[in-house]
Amino acid sequence: MSATYTGPKVCLWTLDHANPASLETYVANGGYSALKKILAERTPAAEIIEQVKISALRGRGGAGFPTGLKWSFMPRGYDGDKYIICNSDEGEPGTFKDRDIIEFNPHQLIEGMVIAGYTLGAKAGYNYIHGEIFELYQAWEKALDDARAAGYLGQNICASGWAFDVHAHQGYGAYVCGEETALLESIEGKKGQPHFKPPFPASFGLYGKPTTINNTETLASIPWIMRHGGQAFLDLGKPNNGGTKIFSISGHVNRPGNYEIPMGTPFADLLEMAGGVRNGHQLKAVIPGGSSAPVLPAEIIMDCTLDFDSIAKAGSMFGSGAVIVMDETTCMVRALERLSYFYYEESCGQCTPCREGTGWMYRVVHRIEHGQGRPEDLDLLLSVGSNIAGRTICALGEAAVGPVQSFIKHFRQEFEYHIANKRCLVGA
Amino acid sequence: MPLITIDDQQIEVAAGSSVMDAARVAGIYIPHFCYHKKLSIAASCRMCLVEVEKAPKPLPACATPVTDGMIVRSHSTKAVEAQKGVMEFLLINHPLDCPICDQGGECQLQDIAVGYGGGASRYAEAKRVVRDKDLGPLIATDMTRCIHCSRCVRFGQEIAGIMELGMPGRGEHTEVMPFLEHHVSSELSGNVIDLCPVGALTSRPFRFSARSWELARRKGVSPHDGLGSNLALQVKDNRVLRVTPVENEAINECWLADRDRFSYQALDSDERLTRPMVKDGGRWVEVDWLKAMAFAAGALKVIRDTHGAEAIGFIASPRQTVEELYLFQKLARALGCESIDSRIGQADFSGRRAGVEWLGMALADLNDLDRVLLVGSTVRKEQPLIAQRLRQAVKKGAQMNVVHCADDDLLCRVANKLIARPSELVGALAQVAKAVGAKIDGLDTVVVSEAAQAMAASLKSGEKKAVLLGAVAQQLPAASELHALADAIAKATGATLGFLVAAANGVGGGVVGCRPGQGGANAAAMFAAPKKAYVVLGAEPELDAADSAAAHRALAGAGLVIALSPFKTASADYGQVMLPVAAYAESAGSYVNMEGRLQSWRAAVPPRGDARPAWKVLRVLGNQFGLTGFDQDSAEQVLAEALPDGEATVRAKLNNEIADLTLAHLSAAAGIERLGDTPIYQTDAYSRRAPALQATADGQTGHAALACGALIARLGLSEGKPVKVRQNDAEAVFNLLRDDRLPDNVVRLASGLAAAVHLGPRFGPISLEKM
Repeated sequence: MSATYTGPKVCLWTLDHANPASLETYVANGGYSALKKILAERTPAAEIIEQVKISALRGRGGAGFPTGLKWSFMPRGYDGDKYIICNSDEGEPGTFKDRDIIEFNPHQLIEGMVIAGYTLGAKAGYNYIHGEIFELYQAWEKALDDARAAGYLGQNICASGWAFDVHAHQGYGAYVCGEETALLESIEGKKGQPHFKPPFPASFGLYGKPTTINNTETLASIPWIMRHGGQAFLDLGKPNNGGTKIFSISGHVNRPGNYEIPMGTPFADLLEMAGGVRNGHQLKAVIPGGSSAPVLPAEIIMDCTLDFDSIAKAGSMFGSGAVIVMDETTCMVRALERLSYFYYEESCGQCTPCREGTGWMYRVVHRIEHGQGRPEDLDLLLSVGSNIAGRTICALGEAAVGPVQSFIKHFRQEFEYHIANKRCLVGA
Repeated sequence: MPLITIDDQQIEVAAGSSVMDAARVAGIYIPHFCYHKKLSIAASCRMCLVEVEKAPKPLPACATPVTDGMIVRSHSTKAVEAQKGVMEFLLINHPLDCPICDQGGECQLQDIAVGYGGGASRYAEAKRVVRDKDLGPLIATDMTRCIHCSRCVRFGQEIAGIMELGMPGRGEHTEVMPFLEHHVSSELSGNVIDLCPVGALTSRPFRFSARSWELARRKGVSPHDGLGSNLALQVKDNRVLRVTPVENEAINECWLADRDRFSYQALDSDERLTRPMVKDGGRWVEVDWLKAMAFAAGALKVIRDTHGAEAIGFIASPRQTVEELYLFQKLARALGCESIDSRIGQADFSGRRAGVEWLGMALADLNDLDRVLLVGSTVRKEQPLIAQRLRQAVKKGAQMNVVHCADDDLLCRVANKLIARPSELVGALAQVAKAVGAKIDGLDTVVVSEAAQAMAASLKSGEKKAVLLGAVAQQLPAASELHALADAIAKATGATLGFLVAAANGVGGGVVGCRPGQGGANAAAMFAAPKKAYVVLGAEPELDAADSAAAHRALAGAGLVIALSPFKTASADYGQVMLPVAAYAESAGSYVNMEGRLQSWRAAVPPRGDARPAWKVLRVLGNQFGLTGFDQDSAEQVLAEALPDGEATVRAKLNNEIADLTLAHLSAAAGIERLGDTPIYQTDAYSRRAPALQATADGQTGHAALACGALIARLGLSEGKPVKVRQNDAEAVFNLLRDDRLPDNVVRLASGLAAAVHLGPRFGPISLEKM
């Protein structure tokens, strides 16, 4: 075990302290100083956005959109309410990083949201918390209360006369509500299902008002950037991929968990930090960015560094940094069946290709797994998949198709074996 | 204006248009299901995917805004591939059993599947089955056929103003359903049948009675409210089997109220009068037309010769055609009688009216109003599609101000309201008049409330404004004073004064002179001071009249009642002659709607039995008397005589001014009073006889007495228990229900129902007693 990272961490640094979530710990280590400085100096919004652009902070929710650019889409001089929303609807299988930020460093997220609110001229912020982590909702409410009591939220923030508040919103566990327009509908009290774009949230968002939606980790990175400068953040990572990033590694490793390491770290190093593949097994495949990212076989992923560009070049998605590791005991048909079931179950049902297609794909994979596969099924799956991808309102369609296409692309033999022999190649 | 190229055709379209709009302009059809021009964009069916140059993926035409220089291909290989892909998905879980589906032959899915569907399915799994929902007596469901286009859901929220259907569930478990076993109760609900592109929602009364291709579609005009909605009467074997809208953007757009859509059932009612009948020795005898006419004319002649022509009252329903009402008054006048009226529900005829009351503007202008003062109207239940237009106006930012006797839910945002007892309504409107500085005498003592002040502020701002008088405002005993106040408010605020004319030919009756002349009695007077004889055309006076008890007494006491009706009405009890006339779909005719529009139609089906168009019956009656001017051969000829310059003749007579009126009802009456408005499906002979309408929640309203909780408690009565209702010297027993939308000291007891006939006027003192 040689790979370790001892450099600065952006988000989960509080874990090196006692009482990591407390306001005292956060303030004692420089917390809220960026906010105070901004409010005291009335830092122009353009300067803040410029620092975020320099930092090359890219959206940590999965799409990797440059945050500074997203912020610049918000209309300036708009006469009316605007909103900032933190997307903590962490529902992608394999992802469990945002919950740790809320649990262990909530004040940095609050500070990030307040700075974002100040920068974008928002009236209020909402943190949309995934429905299956209810205990964190209460912890988050307590952190908000503490921040309000200390004057970091509310009518007169840091005695500056500027008012801004953050509210918590409890989701109910629907995966699709992590999609930003579905999230907006859900906050508005409607059925959480995506809305077509345009209009984009920056012009017509929550309650029809300009709205910016950022991931938890993205917003939590803002105070660090403002305290140390955009360049320092960029320098933590690699060009076009600034900062450290939390990787949620799960599956067949000895020490699954969250690892905050610089963008651009080789995958092999992360695997080593996680204790390597369990019980001395061989690495078979990795889903590098949450369940919707195309799977990569061991030989490809072992050559990748962990950043948006390298993973994209390898034919997958960096996504949310959720790394799912599979060893050679994994039946790829069964793994795909489980993934397909997830998307079939989580499709909102609004648009035709996803509503009908996810169920169709799941049933065909299920059939293959259960020895009922037909020789034409693999081509059928690919064809159904191509009829879904790119034809739906939101990206859930593509998310459902990614695993199907990549599993068949890289492990076609296993599927064919299943169909021909009505049983599994693994362990045969 | 952006210039775009669509399927190699260059066109300029308005900025903000979608690709779908552009395609329509270019005459190019892009297949679609969820898109509907009157509903918000869902972009969820994905059938309208088209190829847009430079876009990496196919885009939905309905949700893609055009940009200058855009190049769209709606039928390219890439577009058609996407469309076929979507069609395959739509069909995998759709039961492909078109031969047993009621929508077969008029199904959008079926039609588009012909162009984009495969010959065989690649889907080998079991199909989805969805439990049917009970949406009430009007809409049948076959939910397994649903393709989740959400049109019905959006219709409820956006057009009907009430979300009665939703789409709970996720993924392929998504189902359209009502709230927990509720029915759909909107007065516009039937439109979802037209909107549904498949056979999931179909007409319950029509279901499985014909295939669409067996039906002839004949144009007609709805006989109910003052809109004159355009109908497609769908006919097989000389029977109207269903009614759908004919699109007319100026009138009903593409919608119909349920009353317009389902009242055709009355054409097949068991109560149809199919043979002329005369009472002989106290017993009804079927006779042939010759005998019936000779008898009727002979009997009328006796009355006239003995008592004079003014001993006869001529009362007509305002839902009879222009031709019929014209000949009706012509006959009366030729006989020397001036007691003629078709304003059967009106109580107050005081003041000097300058002309025939009308909407004062075009129906389509309602959508553009930005300030409305609605007086005495539950507009939703009186004129469902006008309520819909006002709802759209309010959605665009119009302020709705309401002065009414019940805080009824209009399903739109109300800016200010004054809810007062019927006898207080003049006082309430006077407050608004005073607050806007209206020029009318008698306002000195009026104390202006805060709500009236707010209403005045609303009415003084804004550009396009209207003061609209609804059914209650037109029927109240002080209706003319409300009229005068509304006129003064309109003048002071620059608003248009409009009458929400309740009946399909309410305006037409006035225009052709179906009004009392010099020395003649009006609709109320001819019952208050009973006549020796009555000629009743189409009306059911004991249900329709302002004072039902007086009407019934007068008719029962008259020596002669000649009823011309499609139905065996209560005239079977009190009448001497019943002449079967054609119902609304069975005769050519014309209506003038509330905006002054003249609409004519031809018969869709022949009259039932020996019934004849009423204009022919009236013409022959004229011949019986040997009168000249009764030799018309067609409805067109009658119309040409009635309205020589067509709509120009109509327009010349429309005027909402009123003069010679003093405000005498500024202070309210003491005690409990009746609010006797007419429920939506009791307004006329047709809707009363449409079983499906009667079976709806709206069809059940009016069968109980309603009062607010405070009044019920004060009187020591109990909700849900029978109560004795006393009005004047009559009494009746009704179930008492609580309705806190009513002001104190008001009992809402509907008119238009047989159970309330003997009680008396729609408004006035009433008392409740414990049983």
